[in-house]
Amino acid sequence: MTDASAAHSSQHPPYLAHHFTDIEQQNESGTLGMWLFLLTEIMFFGGLFAMYAVYRLKFFEAFREGSHRLNVAFGALNTAVLIGSSLTMALAVRAAQLSRRKAIIFFIILTMILGIAFIGIKLNYEWSADYREGLVPWMSFHVESPNAPGVRLFFCFYFFMTGLHALHMVIGLGIMCVLLRMAAKGRFDEGYFAPVEVTGLYWHFVDIVWIFLFPLLYLIGGRY
Amino acid sequence: MSAALAEAPPETRVHYLNANYGIKSWLLTTDHKRIALLYLASITLMFFVGGAMAVMMRIHLIDPAGALVHPDTYNKLFTMHGVMMIFFFLIPSIPAVLGNFLVPIMVGAKDLAFPRINLLSWYIFIIGASLTLYAMVSGGVDTGWTFYTPYSTTYANSQVMATALGVFVSGFSSILTGLNFIVTIHKMRAPGLTWFRMPLFLWAIYATSIIQVLGTPVVAIAIFLIGLERLFHVGIFDPAVGGDPILFQHLFWFYSHPAVYIMILPGMGVISEIITCFSRKKIFGYHFVAFSSMAIAVISFLVWGHHMFVTGMSVYAALIFSVLSFLVAIPSAIKVFNWTATLYQGSISYEAPMLYALGFIGLFTMGGLTGLFLASLATDVHLNGTYFIVAHFHYIMVGGAVMAYLGGIHFWWPKISGRMFPDTWARLAAAIVFIGFNLTFFPQFMLGYLGMPRRYATYPAEFQVLNVMSSAGASILGLGYMIPLIYLFWSIRYGPVAPANPWRAKGLEWQTSSPPPTQNFEVPPVVTEEAYAYGPPGSGREGAHD
Ligand SMILES: [Cu+2]
Repeated sequence: MTDASAAHSSQHPPYLAHHFTDIEQQNESGTLGMWLFLLTEIMFFGGLFAMYAVYRLKFFEAFREGSHRLNVAFGALNTAVLIGSSLTMALAVRAAQLSRRKAIIFFIILTMILGIAFIGIKLNYEWSADYREGLVPWMSFHVESPNAPGVRLFFCFYFFMTGLHALHMVIGLGIMCVLLRMAAKGRFDEGYFAPVEVTGLYWHFVDIVWIFLFPLLYLIGGRY
Repeated sequence: MSAALAEAPPETRVHYLNANYGIKSWLLTTDHKRIALLYLASITLMFFVGGAMAVMMRIHLIDPAGALVHPDTYNKLFTMHGVMMIFFFLIPSIPAVLGNFLVPIMVGAKDLAFPRINLLSWYIFIIGASLTLYAMVSGGVDTGWTFYTPYSTTYANSQVMATALGVFVSGFSSILTGLNFIVTIHKMRAPGLTWFRMPLFLWAIYATSIIQVLGTPVVAIAIFLIGLERLFHVGIFDPAVGGDPILFQHLFWFYSHPAVYIMILPGMGVISEIITCFSRKKIFGYHFVAFSSMAIAVISFLVWGHHMFVTGMSVYAALIFSVLSFLVAIPSAIKVFNWTATLYQGSISYEAPMLYALGFIGLFTMGGLTGLFLASLATDVHLNGTYFIVAHFHYIMVGGAVMAYLGGIHFWWPKISGRMFPDTWARLAAAIVFIGFNLTFFPQFMLGYLGMPRRYATYPAEFQVLNVMSSAGASILGLGYMIPLIYLFWSIRYGPVAPANPWRAKGLEWQTSSPPPTQNFEVPPVVTEEAYAYGPPGSGREGAHD
């Protein structure tokens, strides 16, 4: 009896949900689920990118002008911050795979700090400056230019796209708070690290969206 | 499987319905079968709300000057009818009810891959539906279900925000359901259940899920922008500040044409199951039917322009969209021909589900063929915006999707409820629905061809005869929908106890008891044969309980 029940519990580790046959199936399902979710996200942002492309063709001069109003230095700094956070996230996943529990916590915290830094820079040095300069279309828009309507559209897209991206980062930070709690309880080791891995996928996706947003909004305005 | 055990009366056995009781055991359940029933109850409510609006419209149109409501109210009626029926009945109907119930059982699993996300998707659906119902009772919305800009963003003085938000929210429920199905079908199939042994219902659900996952976010972003536009007047769709209202139509139809296949593809899956069972024959051309589902899913993303031939589009774009729209008819036709070939030399019996399936084939064929009139550029200019279009898509959506849904509900009702429905009533209802449907919508083809525009509260007197015919048909159709509602409820308590496999059908769902246990199977199943192995007639294997 005791042998049998011991064998039974070894077959069903506590983190294996009852409807999966083994941990491999559970992990693969989680990963595939996240990839599919990211696919919907691509289509979500894709709709915006498509609209951006249409209007950029239609109001080429105005979009150039709008792009010149953005602060490339802070955009570039934020790009570096975000790529750095992807690195620390990848290291967190690696630490989980190697069962290095303290390192998991360390790297998740580091990722969160970088994520918060990104949002801080965006809020403090970019959006607030845009507001003071009168570039927010529905709050304080006054641009002296023959292209003003097109510039206004550019800033609609700018705020909508970067805002949506920032929202995704906030959600990511929320998920990492949960991860941190699980990691603090020592839940992750080489046998079970799917939540860290799946969160990593999400975080990298958010990063990649920015990698597209940065040149699209800041760089291709013919400034260089 | 152990037939003796399975056919014991359901009261003496623990199954998913009596495993536990109480409102909490339902509202907090993660059992896919219970979630399917939660969906069934919610969408049935939405169906009858949307149906009531159709009834009011048809009463109104008895008189050329309008018999019932103010023209503004009429605009709200057709809008809310469309919104309710499309976003809150047809899109969730077969996937969220039958798909939820059957996908895990058909793949031989205990549940969907993400049971809690499945419950979450129902709650999201309820939030979206509540918002839309709130919009309805607090004044309604009059933009048409398509939310065309700039009317919806700038001029409409109705509950656009609440409705748009409701549709936006419910989209995430659809995405999560699709995601859950794809993962379940990929990762949780029982030993021996290879891709080409899967029932065609699963192929259809798989193709549908791909559309849900890829298409829904695009309409979500478009509807979200309508909300922003109304709140902040950002101007993205406002021509006064350089925006492009037609861009909204592109985004909207990029989703909403594929959404037509979200509604009809699962129905095609249901028909494949029913036709094979009641012909007691293997499906003709399994691979063609399976791949035609995938082909429809792919091509459906490339044809949205056919809704916009007369809204302003270059001739070349229109030409390409026209050709691509013709292309999507091919996989649909493949299915119809294969079902017909399956019937050929089968031992056909006419149980109620089969009546719905045969009705589906006829009505879907008519709906599909009239679609070709609208995909042709020259005829579309004449027919666009007339009742011809209304008739065409109702033949697909009601004659197709709703018939398939009802056929599927009847086919799997013994499995879902553990009870048989009264057969005579069911056959009678199927006949009434078929007759009522044709009487309602066939005259609308003629009205449209004669030039009666859609969405008007009044019409010239010469169209009255056909309109009265249509209204008469609608009342018959309404009766046809009420009858199943009554006898299915009745059967839950008074119907004869259903055996595990009342139709002697193939498929894993028929190998477990009716209703199934919470874990779906007493013993995890192993699949050893291909789907629809009904065997040649007279071999004695047509429907054996082996
Ligand atoms: Cu279409």
